[in-house]
Amino acid sequence: MITINDRDRIEWKEGMTVENLMNEMEYDYALITVTVDGSLVPEDDYGNFLLKDDSKVVVFHLAHGG
Amino acid sequence: MTGIFEKNVPGSTEILRRSTVGIAGCGGTGSNAAVALARAGVGHLILADNDAVERSNLNRQCYFLRDVGKVKVEALASLISDIDCGVDIEAYRIELTPGNVATVFAGADLLIEAFDRAESKRWLIESWCTSFPDRPIVGASGLSGIGRSSEIFVRSSGNIHIVGDEKTSMEIGLCSARVGLVANMQANVAIAVLTGLEI
Repeated sequence: MITINDRDRIEWKEGMTVENLMNEMEYDYALITVTVDGSLVPEDDYGNFLLKDDSKVVVFHLAHGG
Repeated sequence: MTGIFEKNVPGSTEILRRSTVGIAGCGGTGSNAAVALARAGVGHLILADNDAVERSNLNRQCYFLRDVGKVKVEALASLISDIDCGVDIEAYRIELTPGNVATVFAGADLLIEAFDRAESKRWLIESWCTSFPDRPIVGASGLSGIGRSSEIFVRSSGNIHIVGDEKTSMEIGLCSARVGLVANMQANVAIAVLTGLEI
């Protein structure tokens, strides 16, 4: 089971990547940054970063303004 | 500088004096966070921004009418010096890019992300975490509009800490109080991380 933002849970599947997970979650956020088990996953790696069962994923929504 | 830190939380000043904090962007969040960090006792600041102060910045950024037209990092360094908190400042008028972040902030123990654009926030977080995976970054996301103070929160994962509502975008307008709230929360998180106190 993958946990997202300490709240949502998704069944883990063999070979599941960050990109698969984002598609499954249907996020419509324009810009996000993602960590898996406390480590940043660069956007370029979403398609090949394999999630393990019980991974803790955090998705930060980045909004304009600073 | 005599006595300036005598009301500080006991034990915090000594640690903060030895700390170096990078400020990536010296606009709304960056300028206000830098002042808070200097007043708290942070010993070294690395300021980086490529802009000059404009009149439209004065509604939320920590500058004054006399600063309009001046380079932001120089104006900010000057006003922090006026606090007389003995902070050592490196000021770089530079366009930060994924290629120079690690060089500009090589000496920083912690980075404050204070960019405007979400795309820039993302590459800055990625560049920092890739170059310095063991060093914390405190970013801002969602600080626009008015009110809704209780919707501003801190979320952390590993060495990444994000302050804001993660929702509101600057197109709806920016207000001094809400921008300052997030900037001071960023500084507050940074101080807690550097001193090892609870976030």
